[in-house]
Amino acid sequence: MSEEIKEIEKETQHIGRDEFLSKLVKIGAGTLAATIVSNGMLGTASKLIAKSKNETPVKRKYHYGMVIDTRRCVGCRSCVLACKAENKTPPGVSYTVVFEEILENRPNDKPVFMTKPCFHCEHPPCTDVCPVSATYKREQDGIVVVDYDRCIGCRYCMTACPYSARWFDFGENYPAVEEKTPWAEVPSPEYKQFRKREHEKSPIGNVRKCTFCLHLQDEKGQYNKAEGRWPACAKTCTGKAIHFGDFNDPNSEVSVLLRERQYIRLKEELGTSPNVYYLL
Amino acid sequence: MNFIRELLSNENKISENLKKIFWTVGTALFVIGVYGWYIRFVDGHLKANYGSIVTWGLWVAAYIYFIGLSAGSFLVSSLVYVFNFKKFERIGRLAVFTALVTLLMALLSIWADLGHMERAWHVMVFPNFKSPMAWMIYLYSIYMLLLIAEIYFLLRYDLVKEANDETIRGKLYRILSLGSKDLSEQSKTRDKKIVKILATIGIPIAILFHGGVGALFGVVAARPHWHSGLFPILFLLSALVSGGALLTLISSVFQEGWFKNKDVVVELGKMVLALLLLDVLFQFSEFLVAYRGGIPSHIAGYELVISGPYAWVFWGWQGFVGTVIPIFLLILPTRKSPRWVALAGLLIAAGIFGLRLNIVIPGLAVEEIHGLTSAIYSHRVDPNYFPSIPEWTLTFGIIGFGMILFGFGEFFLPKHEEKESAIVSQSKI
Ligand code: SF4
Ligand code: SF4
Repeated sequence: MSEEIKEIEKETQHIGRDEFLSKLVKIGAGTLAATIVSNGMLGTASKLIAKSKNETPVKRKYHYGMVIDTRRCVGCRSCVLACKAENKTPPGVSYTVVFEEILENRPNDKPVFMTKPCFHCEHPPCTDVCPVSATYKREQDGIVVVDYDRCIGCRYCMTACPYSARWFDFGENYPAVEEKTPWAEVPSPEYKQFRKREHEKSPIGNVRKCTFCLHLQDEKGQYNKAEGRWPACAKTCTGKAIHFGDFNDPNSEVSVLLRERQYIRLKEELGTSPNVYYLL
Repeated sequence: MNFIRELLSNENKISENLKKIFWTVGTALFVIGVYGWYIRFVDGHLKANYGSIVTWGLWVAAYIYFIGLSAGSFLVSSLVYVFNFKKFERIGRLAVFTALVTLLMALLSIWADLGHMERAWHVMVFPNFKSPMAWMIYLYSIYMLLLIAEIYFLLRYDLVKEANDETIRGKLYRILSLGSKDLSEQSKTRDKKIVKILATIGIPIAILFHGGVGALFGVVAARPHWHSGLFPILFLLSALVSGGALLTLISSVFQEGWFKNKDVVVELGKMVLALLLLDVLFQFSEFLVAYRGGIPSHIAGYELVISGPYAWVFWGWQGFVGTVIPIFLLILPTRKSPRWVALAGLLIAAGIFGLRLNIVIPGLAVEEIHGLTSAIYSHRVDPNYFPSIPEWTLTFGIIGFGMILFGFGEFFLPKHEEKESAIVSQSKI
């Protein structure tokens, strides 16, 4: 049967559509179905495999992470908005959120604020459970990403993340950017894939998460604060509470802060080793 | 009341009437389900009520429930085909067939739950063997093939025997016998041997895959409610309970119901009681360790179970209806009447569904970081979850589909031993 399929494929290139169709009818609907299914599946499969090959190992060059100063955070939530604007996330998907914790015995009931993106854990439990390896930690810079074309939307990774850093895209839209409005035509720069938001198409039906705005990296994988190629939340933070950078570079802002200040990481006991630190 | 009394008074008619009820309910559920599937295909997950906090809902609970029924009834059937447990022989085939039907129902439920249904095949092509979900998928596939092969060899002889008939049944049998014409005694013993081998291989596979479903939850260290070494075992045990309970019900309705199957039903009742008590013990142990251990995050899930908004699922449904009443039915003299045992089976099977819901949802409905659900406003970020109408109807549809499939299978496929009489009584309906 694969012979037949090949032949059809060969011939389609130089025979007319009618002829092709009549040929197909002769060969039978069964073969037609098989052709479509196998071509579709094989096509997608080979594309996905090729893609994962392209992305395979370069060794770890950068070790990106964040240091968030809880003393400087004023709870304005600009980071949440900046992220929404940058990644065009729909309602119910918010790569970063700001917590408000009222601590007792602090003067004037002043709450502690804390912004929480994905921690891009050193040992992410979310990637291990993905049945199709659609989510993984990038070799070159340790950023945990989701392959929208491979993810089946089983949401197992969401249950496995101890920090609720993953969000399922149900396909909802803000009224202003409803489908068929001009605004819906503006693609999201995420992963440099520039996807438009269309019914039932990825990333709808996928799990989504913070990417450290990796679409702002240059070819070498570097960010640049001066040029504005910097994670949107860190760029926008009014209190200058979010520090971003490369832990591999001992002189980066984040490395210096970790040397000089006291920090904690959340749920250390789970062994995830988050790359986002909170200064006290 | 009178109607029911009349229904149950004429002993000869009972099984017929029960069958009528079965078909009516099955068809009704199936029709209701069309709506759920329609919405699922048109709107995707938009109309579902789960979100990014309670990210698995009714469909996942239904999935682990059906898969448990499948593993449970398969293991009961292996008592017959591996351990030669003669008492259950009458329902051996029925048990294997139930295992296949419930497996299909499980796969349908989880398929509907995927964000991208059209990508289901990815799990075969890109498996990540670090993930228990990938183990399961491979184990199911083997299990499904094995079930089909086992059913074929269980039925082959009877199929071939009646394949000459020019009725629809005969024609169907000819197709199902896959061209085999062998009617010798030799082939019969060969079939028996093959069935024994398949059933034997099936036992570890059934244990592995259902234990694997338990492991799928158990390995998630982020959810203290699930993260327990007891989980895979608890899953298996509940599977046996629910599978056995379902079979008491099935064997009192089908294959001429509880007159012919009286012994089987009563015997199954005893087994189910023992397993149920063991299950209660295991669950008690889970509660004990959580509460005496006293770690707040560990207790949080159990708090939801016993005093959350859906505590009635635990106390009323799972506890009273699904555990206490059936235990009494199976201990008191009612244990000798297949009718009451079958009722107990129904209640237990229904109760275990509550147990499954209480595994999936409270495990997710606790905030992983305090304040998360009030940090942003969205109905997708809400620890309160109640399934939406499309979710319910789709699940009902799957149940209806399973019932219809089972009904047809039971109607068309050869019966145990007294084939002649069975077919005659069938044709009267
Ligand atoms: S914070 Fe959650 S989603 Fe992000 S890497 Fe860690 S486990 Fe994965
Ligand atoms: S939802 Fe997607 S990324 Fe997450 S575990 Fe499932 S397939 Fe993997």
